[in-house]
Amino acid sequence: MAVKEEQQFKELMAKGTSLGQVDEDIMRQNIRTQDLWVNMGPQHPSTHGVLRLILALQGERIVDTEIVIGYLHRGTEKLAEARTYHQIIPLTDRLDYLASPAMNFGYVLAVEKLAGIEVPERAEYIRVLMAELARISSHLLWLATHALDIGAMTVFLYCFREREMVLDLFEMATGGRLTTSYYRIGGVAHDLPEGFLDKVKEFCEIFPKRVQDYDDLLYSNRIWLSRTVNVAKISAEKGLALGLSGPSIRGSGVNWDLRRANPYSVYDKLDFEVAVFDGCDVYARYLVRRKEMLESCKIVKQCVEYLEKTEGPVMAKVPKVFKPPAGEVYFATEAPKGELGYYIVSDGSNKPYRLKIRTPSFANLIALPEMVKGQMVADVIAAIGSIDVVLGEVDR
Amino acid sequence: MAEEKKGQKEQQEQKPQVDFDKFPEVKKIKAKYPEAIEELDYFREQLTVRVKKDYIVKVAQLLKEDPELAYDYLEDIAGVHYPKREKPLEVVYHVYSVSRKTRVRLKVALAEGEEVESVCSVWPSANWFEREAYDMVGIVFSNHPDLRRILLPEDWEGHPLRKDYPLEGPPGYREKWLKEHLPYYNKL
Amino acid sequence: MGVIERSLPDNKLTEMIDKVVNWARASSLWPMTFGLACCAIEMMAAGASRFDFDRFGVIFRATPRQSDVMIVAGTLTLKMAPVLRKVYDQMPEPRWVISMGSCANSGGIYNTYHVVQGVDKIVPVDVYVPGCPPRPEGLMYGVIKLQEKIFQMKVLRR
Repeated sequence: MAVKEEQQFKELMAKGTSLGQVDEDIMRQNIRTQDLWVNMGPQHPSTHGVLRLILALQGERIVDTEIVIGYLHRGTEKLAEARTYHQIIPLTDRLDYLASPAMNFGYVLAVEKLAGIEVPERAEYIRVLMAELARISSHLLWLATHALDIGAMTVFLYCFREREMVLDLFEMATGGRLTTSYYRIGGVAHDLPEGFLDKVKEFCEIFPKRVQDYDDLLYSNRIWLSRTVNVAKISAEKGLALGLSGPSIRGSGVNWDLRRANPYSVYDKLDFEVAVFDGCDVYARYLVRRKEMLESCKIVKQCVEYLEKTEGPVMAKVPKVFKPPAGEVYFATEAPKGELGYYIVSDGSNKPYRLKIRTPSFANLIALPEMVKGQMVADVIAAIGSIDVVLGEVDR
Repeated sequence: MAEEKKGQKEQQEQKPQVDFDKFPEVKKIKAKYPEAIEELDYFREQLTVRVKKDYIVKVAQLLKEDPELAYDYLEDIAGVHYPKREKPLEVVYHVYSVSRKTRVRLKVALAEGEEVESVCSVWPSANWFEREAYDMVGIVFSNHPDLRRILLPEDWEGHPLRKDYPLEGPPGYREKWLKEHLPYYNKL
Repeated sequence: MGVIERSLPDNKLTEMIDKVVNWARASSLWPMTFGLACCAIEMMAAGASRFDFDRFGVIFRATPRQSDVMIVAGTLTLKMAPVLRKVYDQMPEPRWVISMGSCANSGGIYNTYHVVQGVDKIVPVDVYVPGCPPRPEGLMYGVIKLQEKIFQMKVLRR
């Protein structure tokens, strides 16, 4: 019994209350239950990998969350110090394995910035095309698993059907389904194969109709709405302070997309809208990603138009033994999950002195405890899904 | 080392003179804390401000709260180990302003055993980044709410991103760790 | 099978019972999804619309208590190793392990301070599927190989 309760007991006894009455009074004043600690993960189907959460519960409500990460820490940054600049590209594939072209893209842009390499325009368009296809495939997988976690099985099967189409395109151009390693410092590995652009056009025709299919299942579905609307809310100021970026912060009404804010590659020549919704909840983040898929489809179409008309080299002249000048750069791109930054310190040799990878999922995860505070246990799943974490990226 | 020096020389020769006072960040910091800046650098259109250790939180506060600067988003904190330097540890902060769409890099150098004050009070997201810098490079942040290892297990020895740490870990360390944590390990 | 396991002599009857038992086991392999990294995505793809693992009687289970085979898909790190072993110990006998992908087989490209160089250091492995990551067809082939292995098993016979 706590000291406070003992004191109350003595006070009431001094007043001359009966023993049964005392007990009842103390109960009424001090009624509270002990916090229940629940461990979730690292082996849990809804954590999208090996995330571990320790939840402190008051009944069904969450009072505190501790996140334990590092179960997939593979030492990519240390490994990169022992590899040459070219050899690092396959390592970046395996950071966010759902959108490996986007990961390559950020890295090669950072190295090109460091060395001051000009890339042929055709190569830039091919890169943007692949990166946007990767965004579509990443968001499709996100929608599939997010809906599956919340309880919609059919969406999972539908999304994987379209995802396979994108993976087929990757396979056609690069030879790999997931880990493509198609980008090179100064361009891309080789030009697109014959017939590729037709396939892409076909996909762009079909895809918006398929998004309509998902909408039929989710957009105004009552179960979906009650599981997502007003769940895991976070305001724009709090989100920025806690490091949210990408679609997760655009769901809180912040119009910040690095493709528009600090245009890199050829994004300033392309026409697309930045998806912003101000619901601040899981549903708003769903709307953002849903719209982003359609916008990416638009970008892909524009790239196809350009690539069909032009021909030219896809690789700048880069020496085989590549030694960038000493110096350091930080280059940030808009990956499907948010801001992806590479900080490269070069000492003038053929290996980076230090490569720090700032991954979006790592920063997004910081905001999770704030999001789920006061929510129900089941909403944790929805919240994790809505910030779209990939553990390969979190732990590196 | 010789190579490094040569590289630096080349870089200095190439570098055009930059008027640092045109940057509002530099101007504001100089106006408020004249002795805080140690060194300025401008490479590939990126501004680096090396700040004295004791001033980092003050400068961070200034960058965030001044309405003309409005650096409201902390992008990254990286720890770097330079064993040959006099002050071997370096903390690199990348800060971004969502409204102005600009970025600035802050740097603090530390001697072995020195501590730097945490910027969690300015940008709450620094919490995890600082834990990572502590875990990987062994930089200690004072006034940090919860400075523990974040990626590696809590009983790990050593800081992997130091230059003297072997890529595969100290010889036999992986096996030793597994033996300690897995009762079956020897039987397999 | 408990007490009588591998205690009876070879004859027509025990052989027949073995066949039936093995057939039942091999055609409803319920894997425990131990998705760790990139390979987990290909494992999911194998379970989804195009590759449709259900055809083999393979239905993914999220709990070790209901599963027969554990598919270790991805890089196993030191921090995760005790968890893997704990989950493996929770699985009921008979149990099998498929190691999927180069990282699980041997550490792959990650020969670093925090990566276990092959899951066979932690749990016994039945089938190795190479690739980085293996295609869903590769995993399917691995499961078929495991089924062949199960058909060779002796349940009642010595």
